[in-house]
Amino acid sequence: MANEEKRPPQQPQDDSRRRFLKYTGTAIGGVVVGGVVGGLIGANRKEDGKTKPPAPGASPATPAAESDRDYNQAFMFFNQNQFQITEAATERLFPADDLGPGAKELGVAFFIDHQLASAYGTNARDYMMAPFYQAEAYQGYQMAFRRRELFVLGLEALDGYSNNHYKKKFVKLTPEEQDAVLTAFESDKADVKGVPASTFFSMMRSLTLEGVYSDPLYGGNKNMGGWKMRNFPGNQMSYMDAIEKDGLVKMEPLSLHDHLTS
Amino acid sequence: MATKLPKVPVVVVGMGWVGGIIAAELTKAGIQVVGLERGKSRSTEDYYHVHDELRYANRYELMQDLSKETVTYRNNEKVRALPMRSYGSFLLGDGLGGAGVHWNGQYYRFLPYDFEIRSKTIERYGKNKTPEGMTLQDWGITYDQLEPYFVKYEQMAGISGEPTTPDNVGKMSKPYATGPMKVTPGMKLFSDAAKKLGYKPYMIPSANLSQDYTNPDGVARAACQYCGYCERFGCEYGAKADPVVTVLPVAQQTGKLELRTFANVTGISHTGGKATGVTYVHTPTGEEFFQPADVVVLASYVFSNVRLLLTSKLGKPYDPKSGTGAVGRNYCYQVNGASTTAFYDDKEFNIFMGAGALGSSLDDFNGDNFDHKDLKFLHGANIRYTQAGLRPIQHNPTPSGTPGWGQAFKQASIKYANRVLNIAGQGASLPFRHHYLDLDPVYKDALGLPLMRMTFDFEDQDKELVKFIASKTKEIADQMGATKTEMRDSLSTYSIVPYQSTHNTGGTTMGADPSVSVVNNYLQMWDAENVFICGASNFQHNSGYNPTATVGGLAYRAAEGVAKYLQKPGSLA
Ligand SMILES: Cc1cc2nc3c(=O)[nH]c(=O)nc-3n(C[C@H](O)[C@H](O)[C@H](O)COP(=O)(O)OP(=O)(O)OC[C@H]3O[C@@H](n4cnc5c(N)ncnc54)[C@H](O)[C@@H]3O)c2cc1C
Ligand code: SF4
Repeated sequence: MANEEKRPPQQPQDDSRRRFLKYTGTAIGGVVVGGVVGGLIGANRKEDGKTKPPAPGASPATPAAESDRDYNQAFMFFNQNQFQITEAATERLFPADDLGPGAKELGVAFFIDHQLASAYGTNARDYMMAPFYQAEAYQGYQMAFRRRELFVLGLEALDGYSNNHYKKKFVKLTPEEQDAVLTAFESDKADVKGVPASTFFSMMRSLTLEGVYSDPLYGGNKNMGGWKMRNFPGNQMSYMDAIEKDGLVKMEPLSLHDHLTS
Repeated sequence: MATKLPKVPVVVVGMGWVGGIIAAELTKAGIQVVGLERGKSRSTEDYYHVHDELRYANRYELMQDLSKETVTYRNNEKVRALPMRSYGSFLLGDGLGGAGVHWNGQYYRFLPYDFEIRSKTIERYGKNKTPEGMTLQDWGITYDQLEPYFVKYEQMAGISGEPTTPDNVGKMSKPYATGPMKVTPGMKLFSDAAKKLGYKPYMIPSANLSQDYTNPDGVARAACQYCGYCERFGCEYGAKADPVVTVLPVAQQTGKLELRTFANVTGISHTGGKATGVTYVHTPTGEEFFQPADVVVLASYVFSNVRLLLTSKLGKPYDPKSGTGAVGRNYCYQVNGASTTAFYDDKEFNIFMGAGALGSSLDDFNGDNFDHKDLKFLHGANIRYTQAGLRPIQHNPTPSGTPGWGQAFKQASIKYANRVLNIAGQGASLPFRHHYLDLDPVYKDALGLPLMRMTFDFEDQDKELVKFIASKTKEIADQMGATKTEMRDSLSTYSIVPYQSTHNTGGTTMGADPSVSVVNNYLQMWDAENVFICGASNFQHNSGYNPTATVGGLAYRAAEGVAKYLQKPGSLA
């Protein structure tokens, strides 16, 4: 997975490791087990809860970075045009509104770019051996297309369909027109020369939700903005003290990055 | 040619729950065991950064790599089976601990009815109750015979549960090892509603420890933290019972277990009704080894257990036309799909918190606990409310009629993110003559061996069961003070696409009659007395429960069988 490279390899990991060893990997009775000596976690949890997320760029791996600059926002796979179509389309699937940010502000298009560059994009862990046959829906994905190939063809098809119907590129359409194009893809009403429109659409829809709600380490859910909208506290060590409570327990969310540096 | 290794008393194929239990029991008894696991090694340290929904839940970090091996699937014999190319209906374990690493830990002993389902059904309803084509079978073992082995598993894993159990489930000779898990507001709403209706709800017995626990082997583990990253994740606390933090260290401690990872077993050699050993490929190098042994144990989950027998030409393959042969027979699954969602406009719940086995359930409509005389199905379902931890990528509930994307979707899914409780049935799956496993004639794995082919669909039995159970989930949900409830009560064709359950069963079934079973009640193969096969593949059908309690009990029974056999070879039946 792509996250391997993104981990700062030096100091923080070791610190976190030591901190974590306080909680786990205790040897008891001569048998090494992955257990915790009771109570420790509850005692430490409050401190963890208080830990402020570090300023972006404050990690030792990127000294002297400007605080609001995100070096992760660059293309691993897309070209400029593909990126722009993705950004426009996913913003329609998950638009900004009074509840909070939409796909664009959350970095979803960067997330998708990074995913398509990864093992996911090349179907590295899927069974991709021939023969390929037309399948019933209940037999699942049966195409030779790799996800990244399907996605790029789908983006071209969005532009192609927009040109045919509106004489404009997808990104130049009004939001209502964009919705109409996306609806045509969703319901397989777009004829796009062999590109399975609804398969492409549902892949884009899944990727959008993943980009909104996955850990920010993958490039989406910027500043945990997706999580904050629905009071999801991200990655907490323990809910031991809260699990029985009535009513919503609100907490500052924590990301995996916080876990490394706190 | 394969490099021939020195002979050992026992070789175990697969180091998940079954392999781990058998290895621990035998090595504690002083028997030398070689454990072969096709995947990598694992430890609790691997989970320091496990709270990552995308990596573990959506990209299946811990599961079998399908590019190397998958299964093919078809609804019936008339259509072409096609491979499950990416994950869907079920998730296969791989690596040390197998699926025992990323399971939920919901622990249910099967019902006494399950083990004698054929006799008891005929006894109560007569011969004509069973529909045409349904191949119900007794298991060749009773609940009472298996009871002491359940206890062993519970003490080893530290199963957490209520001190007493309802009278509609099997009796326990010893209470659970630890007390029940904590009760959340949603669980309370469910159990209060169920009690009001006269049902008997109880806390789901849990392999996520309710408290710190030291087991009879001296293994100490800490209490569950309700972290909400449990199903599909490894536990960074060792709180979830998993072979890697329970049985495997005990086996290794004896010095009698030689564990080899990246060892993918490709065949069993046999001559004159006895196995001589197994061949495996060291996956990083492709080098082949032959491991001779006095006893071969298959503990490689349903699909590998069946596939290894078929590719090795050991036992008689099942033929659905004549109904003869038993290897691959009685493949069953789990009938989910009956459920009711309760939506609350005026209340929020912390449903992002939870543990894999946290919840409350009832068996008033499971097994034969209710009269089926006027019903068009047999068996039933465990009905439950679980709070396993709902994470934001996979949990975006909206009332029916809400668009699937755009602003309306965003608003509704965010509004209801913490405002739904789902009551669901986990239905039994009964065997049919035309549901089975065999070798695919076309598709191969990365080593060129045929893939397992599954022929299976939902029947009228399943559709009727879902309709009935759904009405019960609605009855309960309607008593839970929700703004509105929505019931799902229809089941269509089985699809490989959406995740349903990793409770695949059958194919190397157990029984007293060799014509309809592959192993006897010590899990010893009828056709090769030094081969023991263990797992949910032994089930003659699947109950309205998760399988691992029964799998675990059978593994303890199999370990006893292997030890007996080594002392005195011959059939144990
Ligand atoms: C997400 C999920 C949630 C679950 N939740 C529950 C639950 O709450 N309650 C419950 O009762 N059950 C649950 N289960 C099911 C439970 O995990 C299994 O019943 C249990 O792990 C089965 O144990 P096993 O030893 O038979 O198989 P596994 O644990 O799968 O182990 C089999 C091992 O054999 C290895 N193997 C396979 N083929 C070969 C080969 N050819 N050569 C060498 N090694 C091989 C595999 O790599 C694997 O490690 C769940 C499963 C999943 C996936
Ligand atoms: S919910 Fe409990 S048992 Fe499950 S992973 Fe978290 S701490 Fe472990």
